Amino acid sequence: MEHLELFFKSIFVDNMIFATFLGMCSYLAVSKKVATAVGLGAAVIFVLGITVPLNWLLDQYILRDGALVWLGSEYASYDLSFLSFILFIATIATMVQLVEIVVEKFSPSLYNSLGIFLPLIAVNCAILGGSLFMQSREIASFGLAVNYGISSGIGWFLAILTIAAIREKIRYSNVPPPLRGLGITFIITGLMAIGFMSFGGMLTGGDEEATAETAQVSETVKPALEINTDTENDLLEMLENSESNQDSLEKTNNEIN
Amino acid sequence: MALLSKKDRALILDPLADNNPITIQVLGICSALAITAQLKASIVMALSVLFVLAVGNVVISLIRNIIPSKIRIIVQLIVVAALVIIVDQVLKAYAYELSKQLSVFIGLIITNCIIMGRFEAFALANGPWKSFLDGIGNALGYSVILIIVGFFRELLGSGTLLGIQVLGDPITKTGLYAIGYENNGFMLLSPMALIVIGIIIWVQRSRNSKLIEEN
Repeated sequence: MEHLELFFKSIFVDNMIFATFLGMCSYLAVSKKVATAVGLGAAVIFVLGITVPLNWLLDQYILRDGALVWLGSEYASYDLSFLSFILFIATIATMVQLVEIVVEKFSPSLYNSLGIFLPLIAVNCAILGGSLFMQSREIASFGLAVNYGISSGIGWFLAILTIAAIREKIRYSNVPPPLRGLGITFIITGLMAIGFMSFGGMLTGGDEEATAETAQVSETVKPALEINTDTENDLLEMLENSESNQDSLEKTNNEIN
Repeated sequence: MALLSKKDRALILDPLADNNPITIQVLGICSALAITAQLKASIVMALSVLFVLAVGNVVISLIRNIIPSKIRIIVQLIVVAALVIIVDQVLKAYAYELSKQLSVFIGLIITNCIIMGRFEAFALANGPWKSFLDGIGNALGYSVILIIVGFFRELLGSGTLLGIQVLGDPITKTGLYAIGYENNGFMLLSPMALIVIGIIIWVQRSRNSKLIEEN
C-alpha cells in the first residue's frame, strides 16, 4: 500500500515537471518530436532508477547525522550532510558515464537510441532533484527509494511525451508569431500543470478515512514546497487569514496533519 | 566607463535583453520557477546564482588549459558543487528560514543549465576577466526575469511585496480591498510561473520581431 501510494503520488501529484519544474531545460529543448522525447524520457527513467537508490545508500550510511555509526561508536557524532551536493552529483556523473560505457559495449542498438541523451542527462535537474527530494522527504527504505526513482522518472516521461505530442500537432495551428515556439510551449505547460493539480485530490479524497490516511502518508513523506494536496478552500482561507503566506501554509499543513 | 571597453560592456548588457538566458537561450529554467512565489526568495536565488556563475566562470577560465576535455563535465560539476555548498552553508547560517523555504532548489543551482552552458560556451574559451563579466551579465539576465516573475506573483497573489502589504489590508478591508479587490490565490501556485514567463516572452518578442522563431 505504501509503495502504491508513493508510486502514484510521484507520477501524478508531485510530477517532476508540473509540480516542481525539474528538468525543464531538456524538457523544452528535446520535445519537438515524439520519437526523441521517448528516447530521452526512457533514459531519465533508467538513470533515476539507478541513481536515487544509490544516493539513498550514500545518504543513509555516510552523509546523514550519525550515519557513520556502523564504523564504530566514536563516529556517531559526525554529520557530513553538507557534503551531499558534491557526493550526489559525483555519483550521478560517474553513473551516467558508466551506464554509457556498459550500454555501448553490450547493446549497440540501445546505445544508438539512448546514447546521445546520456551526457545530457548528467546535467539534468530532474536527476539531481530526484536525489535531493529523496533526501529532504526522508524516504524510509531502500525499496521505497527504488520505487521513488522509477516512478518520478515515469512522471517525467509522461510529461515530455504529452508536450511532444502537443507540439507536433500545434505546428498546424495559427499561433501568434511572437508566441511561436518557446512562448506557447510555456503556456501549454502551465495549462497542463493546472490540469495535473486536479490529481492532488487523489490522495486527500473526500471522506474521513482518506484524510486519516493522508495524514499518515504526510508523516512519512514530508509535504513538498508547493502544497498540492490541499483543497482550494483551504488555500483561499489561508490566503485571507495571514500576512505571510509561507507561514500559514506550514500552519495549515500541520493542522491538517 | 573607462574601465570597460565597448566589447566588455556588451558582455554584460547583451544577456539582459536580446540574448537573455531564460527567454532566448532557454537555459536555467529548472530551478528558477518554483521559488518565484515570493519576491524575497527570487532575489536571494538571483544573488546565489550571480555568485556561483561569476566565481565559477573565473575558476573554470583559469584552469581551462589543464582540464582534459574528456572529463571536463565532471570537473565543471565539482567546481559548481563546491561553490553551491558555500552558498548553502552561508544561507543556513544567516537566513535559516529562507533556506528552509528554498529547500532543494539551492542545491539545484548545480544543475542549472545557465551555469554549465556558460562554462561550456564561454569560460572554456576566454580569459578570466571576460569570463567574469560574462558570468555577471548572464546572471543579471537571469535575475531580471526571476525578479519580474516574483514581483507579479507576489503582488497579485498575496498583495504584498517583500512581505509588506502594498495594496491595503485584506482583513480590515482598507486600500484596494475596500472597493472589492481580492487577491488571486492562483498566482501563488506553480503553473502560473510558467504562464507569466510565457507572457514575458510574448511581450519581448512582440517588441523585437528579430527574435520570433520559425514555426
